[in-house]
Amino acid sequence: MSGPLRFYGDGLPYLPYREVKGCLIAIEGTDGVGRSTQVDLLKRWLQVNGYGVVETGWTRSKLVQRALDMAKAGNLLNRMTFSLLYAADFADRLENVILPALRSGFVVLSDRYVHTAFARDHVRGADSRWIRDLFGFAPIPDLACYLKIDLDHLIPRVLESGGMNYWESGMDLRMGEDIFDSFKNYQGALLGEYDRLAREFGFEVVDAARPIGEIQRDLQERIAKVLPIRPPAATVHPVPAPTTA
Amino acid sequence: MPSTGGTVVTFRERHPYPGKLIAVEGVDGSGKSTQVRLLQHWLEAQGYPVFFTEWNSSELVRDATRQGKKKNTLTPTTFSLLHATDLADRLAYQILPPLKAGMIVLSDRYVCTAFARDAVRGVDRSWVRKIYDYAPRPDLTLYFRVPVSVACERILSARRTLKFYEAGMDLGLADTIEASFVEFQGRILVEYDRVVEEYGLAVIDGQLDIREQQDQVREHVKKLFALAPMRRRAVPTGRRRVQMRTREGIKIREVRE
Repeated sequence: MSGPLRFYGDGLPYLPYREVKGCLIAIEGTDGVGRSTQVDLLKRWLQVNGYGVVETGWTRSKLVQRALDMAKAGNLLNRMTFSLLYAADFADRLENVILPALRSGFVVLSDRYVHTAFARDHVRGADSRWIRDLFGFAPIPDLACYLKIDLDHLIPRVLESGGMNYWESGMDLRMGEDIFDSFKNYQGALLGEYDRLAREFGFEVVDAARPIGEIQRDLQERIAKVLPIRPPAATVHPVPAPTTA
Repeated sequence: MPSTGGTVVTFRERHPYPGKLIAVEGVDGSGKSTQVRLLQHWLEAQGYPVFFTEWNSSELVRDATRQGKKKNTLTPTTFSLLHATDLADRLAYQILPPLKAGMIVLSDRYVCTAFARDAVRGVDRSWVRKIYDYAPRPDLTLYFRVPVSVACERILSARRTLKFYEAGMDLGLADTIEASFVEFQGRILVEYDRVVEEYGLAVIDGQLDIREQQDQVREHVKKLFALAPMRRRAVPTGRRRVQMRTREGIKIREVRE
């Protein structure tokens, strides 16, 4: 926590500062693994512990949202424009949200981070060198937690929470006869790549095939290693000692 | 390497397509757009099928660029990435099909514009080159060189008010938009010179008479075609109105026939 910014690649040479006070935590994992739920819980837990928290998520920048929606609706994206739009989205959030927050000492919880692009592009057959170069301006997070799950646990979860969507099933790649087969093949490949990335980038691997509370406790333990967490503070109104009758 | 439909194409080597890609580069007011239009007329008059494309014209990122510019929230990196997205989109839908079909693609600005501008905005030079590696290298890039005073005089005397990003106001170079524009253009010229050197661009003196410049342009193109003769149609006799289906809807365009 706090110190000089380190980048995955060429960085941002024009930044007028090199040091930040905050802490960047990335939560990675595939579609439907329960990332947002966990991020929400982490946010509250950190706030209770006195940390200012800023949350950011993949494709949440307003800058390219319409371009992405428009292109997805018409399926007009090729691999290059897809990757470049994701990079533009990330750059926008990085410079207008993440870095200012880190400078001011916030904990930034990032729901997905650049590894998501690495995994997706790998499955779509892109050159892994190019995509890593593209995201070379991304700061290395202080901690990257990976919510690991297998297909057997993932499928029912996705089906229960709204079903399989076109892009999350890799339908643009036609990886199967129907959406179910495509989802299985696409997510299977994606999970394989995430597992590989976990080793490459040294993610903290958290077993996400467990109940929500257990996953959360596990995540909190990992975060407590990089962020000082106070022992349960004294309550504002001291509880009067029980009077013995 | 990034591939676009089977064939692997990078900026580092010659593309494998039967068409020709010719790019014009230079600062605003260098006269490149005038020259590329004259080149187009000359080529079409001889029966060469030509496709024209322009920097930052893809519908895909228009809204994002407009919004970012309006709110002044573009950073050097997002600015760079939106332009890279624009070119990637136009490559897939506009540039590569005619190149594959053996046509001549004329591009008003191409990757060297990004190499020059983004470097001036402070983006890492090698990063910009790496991300544009997906773009096929032009068969010919013509660079129109003019001193900054000439370029600025042409723009400032002939035109409307300057826009924020066009004048490089995001860099905080000067207090007034005109002064910022002059300083920004000067820096881009310096950076262009570096790029000219690096990629061996064909330099045309943009202060010459328009027709003299055009003669030089045509000489360069003739040399290029001498190396690899291009397919032609019969010499055009008239114009035909065609409906073009684009993503924005149907457009009517006149083509020579």
